[in-house]
Formats: sequence, structure tokens, C-alpha cells
Amino acid sequence: MEKLRYERPIIRRLDSEMPNKFGMRTDYRPTTQIDGVPVKSLIDKFGSPLFVISEKVLRSQYRKARKAFTTRYPKVQFAWSYKTNYISAVCNVFHQEGSWAEVVSGFEFQKALGNGVKGSKIIFNGPDKSEEDLEMAIQHNALIHIDHLEELYTLTELAERHNTKPRVAIRVNMDTGVYPMWDRFGFNYENGQAWDALNKILHSGRLELVGLHCHIGTFMLSAQAYAVAAGKLAELAIGVQRKFNHTIKYIDMGGGFTSRNTLKGAYLPGTDTNPSFDDYAEAITTALLNADFSSEFLPTLVLETGRALVDDAGYILGTVISNKRSSKGKRITIVDIGVNLMFTSFWYDHKVTPAQEFTQYTEDTTLNGPLCMNIDVLRESVSLPLLNKGDNIVVHSVGAYNMTQWMQFITLRPAVVMIDNDGNPHIIREKENLNSVNGQERIPNHLDHFEL
Amino acid sequence: MRIKKSIAISESGFMFNPITGESFTVNPIGFEIIQMINDGLESAQIIETICKKYQIDPQTFDKDLTDFTGMLDNHHLSQHHDQEEA
Amino acid sequence: MIRKKLNIAVTGLNAIDSPGPGVAVIRGLLEAKSFDTNIIGLAYESLEPGIYMHNLVSKTYQVPYPSAGVDNLLSRLEYIHHKEHLDVIIPNFDAELYSYIKIEDDLKAMGINVFLPTMTQLEERQKINLFDFGQKYGIRVPKSKAIFEISEIYDLQKEFEMPVVVKGKFYDAGVASNIDQVKSLYKKISNKWGLPIIIQEFISGTEFNITGLGDGKGNTIAAVPMRKQYITDKGKAWGGISIADQTMLDLTYHFVSSTKWRGGFELELMKDKNNEFNLLEINPRMPAWIYLAVGVGQNIPEALVQMALGDKVTPFTTYSIGKMFIRYAWDMIVDISEFQKISTTGEL
Repeated sequence: MEKLRYERPIIRRLDSEMPNKFGMRTDYRPTTQIDGVPVKSLIDKFGSPLFVISEKVLRSQYRKARKAFTTRYPKVQFAWSYKTNYISAVCNVFHQEGSWAEVVSGFEFQKALGNGVKGSKIIFNGPDKSEEDLEMAIQHNALIHIDHLEELYTLTELAERHNTKPRVAIRVNMDTGVYPMWDRFGFNYENGQAWDALNKILHSGRLELVGLHCHIGTFMLSAQAYAVAAGKLAELAIGVQRKFNHTIKYIDMGGGFTSRNTLKGAYLPGTDTNPSFDDYAEAITTALLNADFSSEFLPTLVLETGRALVDDAGYILGTVISNKRSSKGKRITIVDIGVNLMFTSFWYDHKVTPAQEFTQYTEDTTLNGPLCMNIDVLRESVSLPLLNKGDNIVVHSVGAYNMTQWMQFITLRPAVVMIDNDGNPHIIREKENLNSVNGQERIPNHLDHFEL
Repeated sequence: MRIKKSIAISESGFMFNPITGESFTVNPIGFEIIQMINDGLESAQIIETICKKYQIDPQTFDKDLTDFTGMLDNHHLSQHHDQEEA
Repeated sequence: MIRKKLNIAVTGLNAIDSPGPGVAVIRGLLEAKSFDTNIIGLAYESLEPGIYMHNLVSKTYQVPYPSAGVDNLLSRLEYIHHKEHLDVIIPNFDAELYSYIKIEDDLKAMGINVFLPTMTQLEERQKINLFDFGQKYGIRVPKSKAIFEISEIYDLQKEFEMPVVVKGKFYDAGVASNIDQVKSLYKKISNKWGLPIIIQEFISGTEFNITGLGDGKGNTIAAVPMRKQYITDKGKAWGGISIADQTMLDLTYHFVSSTKWRGGFELELMKDKNNEFNLLEINPRMPAWIYLAVGVGQNIPEALVQMALGDKVTPFTTYSIGKMFIRYAWDMIVDISEFQKISTTGEL
């Protein structure tokens, strides 16, 4: 006779508290496969933990976003935000779909060139561009988004030295009625810094002003803030047209759109409350179309959204190492996914589902990673079905930032697999090996030998 | 150990302690174990029975059983042979 | 004429010391003259008293918390609908309205009717937006400001006179009479409900409430003003009396016509020393004291159901003045087997 699937015995005291309006989440269905590939087989083949990216979701998210904007506005260009996920296979999916590259460092710039993106289709953002970086950008005819006056002066000097006219935009920060206001990047709108910078650029005649850029924040729960921002950039562009008879070719609204994740402390899940591409597109395009642009001078709308395109396409698979009980009797489940791989667990309550069938019985659980550190908590309190040692879990919506901000700590970083449109898994980043770490190290001669 | 005589347990896994007024639920395997405890089975016998019936190794189940009986103790639902019913 | 029999699901069965409106709404429905009712309770917790009131509620189902997301709520409601053939659902908690508004079309497709405010109406009246709301519609509201950092507290003295009310984004509030108290309330409330914290001008005076029903086109279908006579330590009315204040009624007509409010509502008002009404809060649903409205001749729950079904409803124009409600606590005797059933099966 075949043995039955085992489940841990549990006993739960029924709440004797008075009814209240708030409670834990118990919405669990198993995630046994991703795009048709069984989770178990992925772990058997590529190890645990394992990052998995769905090409299908990447493309469908991109197409949804593109459709939301192009049906409302005639000229739209996306630029893939490298910092969100710069694994080349991921970048190339977006480049195949038509995205330019948006980079914030010399390293990312080279990565984009390496992927085959033409320099003229690279947007170079960020506060830290060295002289060498800027020279590289000028040489490749990239779009340089100036962040501060020092950069403006350096760039003017380089333009003179090389006798070229680099293509530039300025980054503008502004009050859009949301908190916190991102006022440390770029030139402020309200106090006139932005207008001053534009005047400096146009009077000098050394730089070719092609665009205006802003990036109002991250994980923006209000689409309306983008309408305010788009309106302010449009005003600047129209001011430039009037005073200098100079046409701004594009308005870059940056990124900051939400994924389906739920921010810590939110009561309702992100899947219910976060704005959709249509919400953002409606706010931005309405503001631009209502501005005083004549139709021949309507600027191209550039979007650098990263998280909203890649987050929901990424999963991390893991395995239960142990079940424990805290000194106060609370269930603790330890899995092999640490916060070093899941930075985003500090600000999201990530959805976690078991990868195998289970019953309706649940336990209030703290989900810990394997690091020997107290901060290694994936979920402080989550109502989970009863997991056995060796069971697998799937953490959802981890595609953004985790694969760029991850830390190598006490062990090696896992492989990243992409499942293509036909359901074939491909390794897109190998699991690290000892040489990934040791290869970078150098031992001075006098430390080469010891006896114990 | 055994479950205190005063504790009522139903087929659906609902337990009621009439002394303290507390209610509990156990899952089906928990209910099975409680019945075995009530039938006087020792840990070793319970482990053997469960491991025969379910896909589980004795070491893991031993740990889960200890945890479960620990919770029964914790909730004052069990008593040991040398104890009078409290 | 044979009266139609409606299956109506109602939430908010927590008739406790800070009560949900469900039980009062049900009493109104059972007294409806235009239809007969079979009440299905929807409960979150197994100790909500309404679950055990079998003379009012024929069957109760547990439903997932709003925090579980609308997909889970919908699939649970599909199951309940399959068993009970619901005609109307009346959600009675602020915290669940967002989800129900979101699934309004799905429910309609299943044949279930609701009569709720629009998402814009729900958002506009949020505490954090109330000040702008007042400006937009020309309604006097206490001055308020959302703050995100504790350092902003020091600037408050320029804009506000002490004492001030310190409020959480959704729930919780306290009165502070100096900066230190503001700081301690800020910490306490933000720890529980997050940011921002809302600082509101403190208005002393007498509390009045008015409940009503808007048809979504700007017409007031019902409106009953009440003065709280007895207030519990949780700030809930334990006794109140219907009154004939024309200013309050005019304010309500203005509120309904300018916002085109759809559904039930309660306005919490404070009459200050200059005899002016200040709008403190808009509750986007019927209040727990809704049975007073039924008792004075305006069966708002019945009218709300009729509106949900698309029936024509003649606006109420009169009500008895000087009728009181006096709330009382009532101990039911319940066998543990009932508690067992709702706890283990989620149905009773």
C-alpha cells in the first residue's frame, strides 16, 4: 500500500480574543510549477536556492506597459533600467522588445555596449559620472542626463576639449505632493535651479539640449503625482521653446511604478491597491497632451520603468531546512534563502507559497533564512501551511533589485535560470564557485605559508 | 503520558478543556496521535505506526512528535503517569 | 400581491462595545415593508455575536479578511452564492469597502447587487484628504495637516493652537495639549498604523451625527440627524435622540448633491462655540445606530436594498423627532457545539 503524504501534527488554541477588524493572511494555493516547469525539477537540476525568471512574463509585462502608453500618446520610447536587473539575458529580452538602455554608472554603460546597444540609444543617468565615464559617453554619442552643476561644468569643458557637442538633458526634481520628496538628485523646479541650469546650457551653446528628465520616487502608489511631474516638465520645455526657440525632443518620466508586491505595513495587498500601467499612462499622457505643445513639437515620452516590468517575472525557489519553536512557543521555519539574496524582504511582505500540495491547516510562522545573523528574516509573521523539512517554497515577485543588490556572504550566490517562451529553462547566470571569490584575492608572499 | 480525562475531543479535532474553558483544534494526524496516546501506546509504538502509514522517516517524526506532545503539555492538556489530574 | 423574498448577506455582526452596524442593519431589513428577507451573515471572527442570533441570521459564513486580497474574497463569495443565491450584499466595515467596490462588477455578473460609494468618493473622504475635501465642496472641516517626520511637530505651533487631535491614517486618535504629548501620540499611533500622522485642529463643542442615503445622482433619499446623549469611553454613542436641525439637514443635502454620494453614510459633526457645524469625519456606510433611523420612519437599510436592485425609491421627507435610542448589552446563552462548528467549518 502506498504511504500517505505526511503532515506535521499541530494543535492550535482557538482565539479567545474579542472579534476585531484585522487579521492574518491565509491565501494559499501551492505553486507547483512555473510556466509549466515543475518547481521540484528545477531544484533537482539547478540546486536550491534558485532564482527563476519567466521570459513570458517579462515580455507580457513590457507589452502591457507599451500598449498602455502607445494607445494614449503618439511617441513613446522605453529604456531598460539596468540597475533593476542587469543580467544580460534579461536586458536583451527588453532590447529585443525595443527598449533602449538606461544606465547609472560606467560599469552599466559598458555592460549595455557589451550587450550590443548602440551608444546613441543609451541614457546615462546618476550623480556619479567620472570624467572617463563622460568621455566614453560623449564618444558613443549617448544621452547624458546632467545631475548637478559640477557635472555641467565638466561636460562643458570636455565638449570644448574634444570639440564636440554632447547630447544632454537635465534631471529635474520637484514637489509632486508625495512624501518623501526626492530632492537630492538633479535640479529643483520650484526654487528655479532647473530653469537656471537650462539657461546656462542654452547660453553656452556647447551642449545640445535634447531632453528633460525626472524620477519622482520609487514604488509610487499615486499615479497622480506623475501628472504633476509631467505638467512641470512640460512647462519647462515650453519655456525653453519660447525663450530660445529651441525644441526639447523628449521628456523622460523616469520610473518608480509599482509591482504587485505589498509594502510592509500596508493593510490591503499590493495586488488590490497598486496602480496599473493604465493608471500611470493616463496620468502622464493626459498631462502632456493638455500642455501647450503644438503638435509638431510634441516631445517623445521616454519611460525608464524597471521594477514594474521585471519584479513579477522573478521567483526565488528554496527548501525548508528545519522547523523550530521559539522560546515563546512560536513556530519558526528556517529555509535556505537568506536576506542577502532577498534585499527586498526589508520593505515588502513577499508572497510565499509552498511548492507542494497541503491541507487547510496553517500555523503562524516566522520565516528565517540560513544566515547566522538575527536580521535574517524573510517574513516576521506569516500564516503558512505545515511545511516539512525538505519541502520547497516559492517566493514571488523578486525580479527587481535582488539580482543586482545581492551580497555574497558566507556562501556562494545561486544560479539564475530563465524559462523561455516554450518552457525550456536556460541558465543565464551560473552558480558561483570558490573561484568567483578566491579568484579576486591576492595573498602577499609573507602570508603564503603557515604551520598549525 | 495521557490526555487528561476531563478533556473532550470530537471527531472533527475540536478539543475543549472544561476546567479552563479553553478550546483547541488539532489536524487529522494530531487527532490520530491523541487517540493512540489515549489507547496507552508508548512513543516508540506511535512512531512505528505513523511511519508505516505516512511518508516520513522516524527521526523527523520523533522530533515532530516531541514538539506536539510538548505543545499538549504547554496547553495543560496532558498528564504524566505519576501526576494526579490537576 | 406576493412579496418577493430576498437573500441578503450582511457583514459587521460584531455587536460588541464598539459595534459594527450589521445587527442594526438586519433589524431594519427584517422590518422592510416592500420585501421579505432571508439574512446570511458574513463574519470574520468566530465570536461575532450576530453569528449566534438565529432569530435574525439564518446562516453565517466566515469570509477572508480584506488583507487576503480580492481574489480570495471573490472565490469565497462564489461558494456562498452557489449555496444561498444571494440577491444583495451589504458590507458594513470601512476596511472592507475598498475590496467590495473593486469587485462590484464581478458581483453584478454573478447576479449579486451592492449599493456602494464610488472609489473616488471613498478616497476623497479619507481622513488624510478630508481637509481638501472640505475646501473642494465648501464644507467647514477642522484644519488638518499630514506629517511624516517627528521633526515637523516643532513647526506645528506656528500653524495650530494647542490642544490638537493626533490621528492615525485609518484608525486611532488622541488629544494632545502640548508638544510632548503630540510626540508621544505620534510614536504610539505611527507604530501601529504607519505614516502619515494627521494633526487636526481641536474643536470643542457638542457632537452631532447624521445618517443618510444618497442615490448617486445628487438626491438625498434619507437623512436623520441625531444628538449623542451618552458616549462610551470608546467615543461610541450609547444613547441618542433624533432632532430637527435644519442646518444639519441642509449641510447633508449639500454634501449629497455636491459629491453625488452613492450609498449609506454617516457624517460626524461638532457644533462649536459659534454654533457652526464642523465636519469631523465621513463614514462611507451606515452607522451602528442606524436602527434609530428605522425607528423614526426612515428605513434606510430597506431603501438601500431597493436602490441596489434598481427599484425606484421615493425619498423620505419626514421622521419623528424626539425619539431616542438607548443601546443595551444582552447576554446570549450559546452551546459550545455552535462555537465548535463555526470555528472548525467556517459555517453555522
